[in-house]
Amino acid sequence: MQLYLDLFVSFFKIGLFGFGGGYAMLPLIKHEVVNAPHQWLSMIDFTDIVAISQITPGPVAVNMATYVGYSVSGSVFGSLLATIGVCLPPLLIMLIISKFYLKFRKNKYVEMAFSALRPGIIGLIAAAAISLMSPHNFIDRTSIVIFAVIFIASLLKIHPIKLIILSGVAGLILY
Amino acid sequence: MHELWQIFFSFFKIGMFTLGGGYAMIPLIQREVVEKHHWLENKEFVELLALAQTSPGPMAVNAAVFVGYKRRSLIGSLVASLGITLPSFLIILIIAMYLIGFRENHYVESFFKGIRPAVVALIAAPLYSLGRSMKIGWGGILLAASVAATIAFAGISPATMVVVVALLGLLHGIIRKKPEAD
Repeated sequence: MQLYLDLFVSFFKIGLFGFGGGYAMLPLIKHEVVNAPHQWLSMIDFTDIVAISQITPGPVAVNMATYVGYSVSGSVFGSLLATIGVCLPPLLIMLIISKFYLKFRKNKYVEMAFSALRPGIIGLIAAAAISLMSPHNFIDRTSIVIFAVIFIASLLKIHPIKLIILSGVAGLILY
Repeated sequence: MHELWQIFFSFFKIGMFTLGGGYAMIPLIQREVVEKHHWLENKEFVELLALAQTSPGPMAVNAAVFVGYKRRSLIGSLVASLGITLPSFLIILIIAMYLIGFRENHYVESFFKGIRPAVVALIAAPLYSLGRSMKIGWGGILLAASVAATIAFAGISPATMVVVVALLGLLHGIIRKKPEAD
């Protein structure tokens, strides 16, 4: 029972503070699921789920909630609870925004907070990249070459799904 | 009832066919919501994008809530959010239940060894263009770097940093110009 409560609370927090969505939510997710006290996933598991999220439909936070919920509790209920947990805060907040959106859009305090949150979101994404640069993910020089090639290819706007598959095939050949 | 089904299927389709999530979903959402069903006008859609970024959580869920609410109030937003999350929920559940065991397999492991550094590159590469599109100045770069460093190296909780940054923005705004009463 405690486990289910922990799952719900952790993913509720991720949904509540996950400004910027997508990659900007990764440090929050990592903080809850990889770091102490929960340590539900290893760093490698975490990276692999991010990779799987790239080649499957849907938001990464939802994918992560579904996966962690199931793998930690071994039950569909745990998976459902974590997924509801991560969707509930955006649902509630967005409902309020939808109701009052004309006032909300022009609110100067919201605009003030977001003048700092916008660069903050970039910082969150950078934090995700930095913490994934671990020896688990970079096992040798080949990893660094793959990183460099994909980095440049991504700047050239090649689609992420193609790049994921390409790097996987490179892994098959090289390892 | 008919429209609720349409809302559900539209968002189910969006959730089903947008790989990678996030901004990749925008064109499909636009096609379904603006062009096909005329639930929103184009101008409202642009507003929706701005508002969806103001709320925490996945952009696609926020968009679903907004459109659902606009058409059918609370029940509409629930149906739309269910529609958009259901495909990824089912797919990841199947992966977690049956496929993750295959990671022990030598070939699958090699595949993932290649993918892991690539994922890091895919996260790092858009930082530059994102910074440019948000037009953040030197102050913004400094703020972004401090946020990244505090989280990645000092182990401060990202949730704490989100609150601190929002308060900093408020403080900066209030000090800079005394807000006029509306």
